[in-house]
Amino acid sequence: MAISESVSIDRVYKILMNVKDPEIDSVSIIDLGMVEEVTHSGNSVKVVLLPTFLGCPALEIIKKNTIDAIKQLPEVGDVEVEFVFHPPWTSDRITEEGHANLRAFGIAPPPRHFEEDGSWHVDCAYCGSTYVTMENIFGPTACRSILYCKSCKNVFEAMKPVSTLL
Amino acid sequence: MSNIDNGVTEAAENKEAITSLLFQLADDDFLYAYRGSEWLGLAPHIEEDVASSSISQDSMGHAAMYYKLLEELGVGNADDLAHLRPAHERKNSIVTERVNGEGYYMETPNYDWAYQVVRSYFYTQAKKVKVESLCKSSYRPVAEAAVKVKMELYYHRLHWETWFKQLLSSTDVAKKKMNNAITLVMNDFGDMFSFGNQRQAIEKYKLIDSEEKLKENWIASIEPVFAALRLDVPPIPENPANNGRNGEHTVDLDEALLTLSEVYKVDPVASW
Ligand SMILES: [Zn+2]
Repeated sequence: MAISESVSIDRVYKILMNVKDPEIDSVSIIDLGMVEEVTHSGNSVKVVLLPTFLGCPALEIIKKNTIDAIKQLPEVGDVEVEFVFHPPWTSDRITEEGHANLRAFGIAPPPRHFEEDGSWHVDCAYCGSTYVTMENIFGPTACRSILYCKSCKNVFEAMKPVSTLL
Repeated sequence: MSNIDNGVTEAAENKEAITSLLFQLADDDFLYAYRGSEWLGLAPHIEEDVASSSISQDSMGHAAMYYKLLEELGVGNADDLAHLRPAHERKNSIVTERVNGEGYYMETPNYDWAYQVVRSYFYTQAKKVKVESLCKSSYRPVAEAAVKVKMELYYHRLHWETWFKQLLSSTDVAKKKMNNAITLVMNDFGDMFSFGNQRQAIEKYKLIDSEEKLKENWIASIEPVFAALRLDVPPIPENPANNGRNGEHTVDLDEALLTLSEVYKVDPVASW
């Protein structure tokens, strides 16, 4: 067994894929694009995270889960997690894998394009139909909206687009 | 605005002005979020319950972030700043502290939804104008935070504008209630764009646009909506009787703070 194995940033990133959104357990904080920076000094690791929504009550849980996950690496000593507002988190930071994992959970990923008036469109998370209506722009959490699919007659949720263009 | 400088230097030079402005922004959102949260379970329908709660949660998040910026300036612990300051130290505008109507949340709440729609729409539009200006603030930490707030605010503004337009295009009863609400909200709107006794310093250091400029922008931003409804934008009162920015408040604030901080004061060192 190696006594003084040095900290590997790659290994930290890999383990962060196990830190899931507490409210969407198919999606990791890497998928969501919340991880801005991972650095280390000796065996101390520092992670800089971007909050999705400022009032998101899951942030403290995510912080704790991040620390717990990284501490599983035997070569790591102290872990520090900091939330910063700059750069601002935007929904286009969600990765392609994140989009796939959101769909797997039944949530339509945020659209990448807006109309000129700021409105946006998503397809049904279940059947892919474009024949959908917005039921409530505000959903069960700050980051989601509720829509209705007129094709498969299901209510579904979509991740709200959050953009500096809005 | 130029002069975007290292945050620390700026803070040393005009800390009092920055502190005052941050308290105004934080206290506004703190009280606005609290009054919004009092609609939980009472909003006109279930979708609105969800929407109002989301907006209140976001707004409380914005307040928490401004209190955090104050903590970073060494003013005190963010939670304490939110919960333990007495009414005469609060810098929120009067309109954010007003009760939602007669009665109390726990017993016979006879709240006025028209009032909440008008207050929320006018306040959110004012917040948008300020936040857009703050994005260019000479104090970089607040400029960066404003970018984040602006994105979330997009949905709040859209929501309240929809309610505002729909109720004013509805029945005669709805129109009457809305017009009464507009009068009530505007009576308290005289301190919305005031910086209180820190005006000179706040404007001098270009922390945000001038009071006059913000007022102009607010009027310009709501004029098209009023025009479409064939209404005139009501005038913003000059020299308000109470200026919340200087700690002058109504009894509604005492009542709000008592309820808001009840749990926190039981055990301020508890970890929630
Ligand atoms: Zn469908």
